[in-house]
Amino acid sequence: MIQEQMTVVKNSSIALDTFEMVLTSNTIPQRANSGQFIHVEIGEGNEHMLRRPISIADLDQENGLITIIYKVMGEGTKWLSKREESNVLNVLGPLGNGFDLDHHVGDNILIVGGGVGVPPLYHVTKRLSQHNNVTAVLGFQSKEAVFYEKQFSQYAKTYIATDDGSYGHSGLVTDVINQLNEPFTTFYACGPNGMLKAVQNQLTYLEGYLSLEERMGCGIGACFACVCEYRSQKGYVKICQDGPVLKASEVLL
Amino acid sequence: MNLAVSLGELELKNPIMPASGCFGFGKEFSQFYDLNTLGAIAIKAATGEARYGNPTPRVAETSSGMLNAIGLQNPGVDGIIENELPFLENYETPIIANIAGSTLEEYVHVAEKMANEPVIKALELNISCPNVKEGGVQFGTDPQLAYEVTSAVKSVSSKPVFVKLSPNVTNVIQIAEAVENAGADGLAMINTLTGMRLDLHSRQPVIANQTGGLSGPAIKPIAIRMIHEVRKQTNLPIIGMGGISTAEDIIEFLLAGADAVAVGTANFKDPFICQKLINELPNTLEDYQFNSIQEVRESRCHNPSISL
Repeated sequence: MIQEQMTVVKNSSIALDTFEMVLTSNTIPQRANSGQFIHVEIGEGNEHMLRRPISIADLDQENGLITIIYKVMGEGTKWLSKREESNVLNVLGPLGNGFDLDHHVGDNILIVGGGVGVPPLYHVTKRLSQHNNVTAVLGFQSKEAVFYEKQFSQYAKTYIATDDGSYGHSGLVTDVINQLNEPFTTFYACGPNGMLKAVQNQLTYLEGYLSLEERMGCGIGACFACVCEYRSQKGYVKICQDGPVLKASEVLL
Repeated sequence: MNLAVSLGELELKNPIMPASGCFGFGKEFSQFYDLNTLGAIAIKAATGEARYGNPTPRVAETSSGMLNAIGLQNPGVDGIIENELPFLENYETPIIANIAGSTLEEYVHVAEKMANEPVIKALELNISCPNVKEGGVQFGTDPQLAYEVTSAVKSVSSKPVFVKLSPNVTNVIQIAEAVENAGADGLAMINTLTGMRLDLHSRQPVIANQTGGLSGPAIKPIAIRMIHEVRKQTNLPIIGMGGISTAEDIIEFLLAGADAVAVGTANFKDPFICQKLINELPNTLEDYQFNSIQEVRESRCHNPSISL
C-alpha cells in the first residue's frame, strides 16, 4: 500500500453513466492483484474530504496499467468522469485482499456480477480462464447500462440479464443461474447487497467468494466505517482491510 | 524551531497529534510514516466490553466534511490492552487513551485500567460521542453529569485527564467550567456536530444511524469560536480540533486558545497529513512572524492577562 500519483491514460464513457479509466504509474500496478481496489482522491482543495474506493477491473503489469470502471453516482464520480488524458490523480493502493485464484485448475467456475459490481470480476475471469472452465452471468438494469459483454465473452461463456428485459435474459442473475446445468465447483460474485444475498442463498452448496462494496472512510482499516457481519467472528470484519473479497458462507448480509 | 509544548504535566515534542477515531490504534498509519514524529497519538475510544458499532453505511461525504456514525466499535478495554497497546510500546510518542462508556461505572472501569498502563500518558474522557444511544454525549451536555463523570474518573486516574467537549450544547462554557471544577487537567475540543444527509433517490438518510457526527473543514469556524469562548474562562490546556488540514489552521487554533491540536478527517484524504503539518509548521510560523509556539500563545487576541 502506497500513495502514488497515477496518470490518466484514457477516460471514456462505456455505458449509461459508466466510465472506463486507464491509469498508469510505476508501483501500484506492479503490486496489485485482482480483487483489490484503489482509493482515489477527488477534486481540488477541501470540498471533497473522502477518497473514492474503486475496484481494479483489469491489470496490465507489463505496461504498468490499471483499468477501473466506475458509475457516476454523485459529485465525486462526476469530477472523476471529467478527467482527461495526462491528468494526474492521487491514488492510495493497492488496498484490501484480492482473490486467491492460483489453486484453481480444471475447475468449473461461475462468475456472477451485477452493475458496477461487474468490474472486479473481469480480471478474475481473464485469469481463471487460463486453466478453468468459466461461466459469467452479468446483470444490469437495462440495455443502456450493459458493458464489457464482448470482453467477458472472450474468456467465459457469458450470459447477460437485464432487470427491464431490454437486453439479454429478462430478469435477475439468479433466474439465469437456475437455468444453467453446469456442475460448478466455485462461484465468485460482486454486486449490490440484494443480489449478493440472493446468490448466497441460491448457491449454499457451492464454495463461493463475495467482493463487497461499502462507503469507506480511510480505506486502510483505521476508521471502522466499512464493516460487515461475519459468522465465525462475533461482530464485524473490515471490508477495506479484511476484504473486500470474503468467503460467501461467512458473510452475513 | 523548537515546537515542544507542555499540556500541564504532559510534554509533547510538537503540538500535532492524530485525533481519536481517525487513526485506529496506529498500526495502519505506521505503514506510511514513523509514528515517533507525532506529538502524541489519541487512540480509538475504549469501552468496558467489546462493541460492534452501528449498522452500515456509517460514513457519508458532505461539502468540506463528512458525517460518521461508527458507534464506538472497539474490542473493549481488555482487548485493546492485550492486542493493541503492545505495538504502541515500540514508540516514544505519548499515547492518549480515549475513554467511553454507557454508565459512570463503565467510564471509571475503563479509565482505571487504561491509566494503569505505562504506555498511556493521558486520558481523553469522551463525553461527546453523538452516535451511541446510551452514554457518550448525555454526559457532555449536562454540566452536573459532566462534573460527576470527570470527578469519578479523576479519582481513579494517576494520569492527566483531558475532557473532550461536545459542540452540541448551547453553552459550552458551562460544561468547561463544570469539568474544570471536577478536577480535569485539560480540555479537548471539539467533538463532531450532529448532522444528517438525505439521499434524493431513496428519500432516506444516507447513514444507517440516520444522524452522524459532522467533521472536517466545514466545522472549523465553530471549533475556533468555541475554543475562543472557553479560553476566556480557563487556564486549562486545550487540545483543539475540528477541520484542521493546513499549518495555517494550526496557528488559527493556537491563536484562538488551543495549546496543541488534533487532526482527524484530513487523515482520510491524505494519510501523510500529520507528518506534513509537523514539517510545514516551522516555516508557516515564520511566515506570520512567529519564532515559537509560545509567541503565538502570547499574542492571543483576547485577555492577554491570562498567562499560560
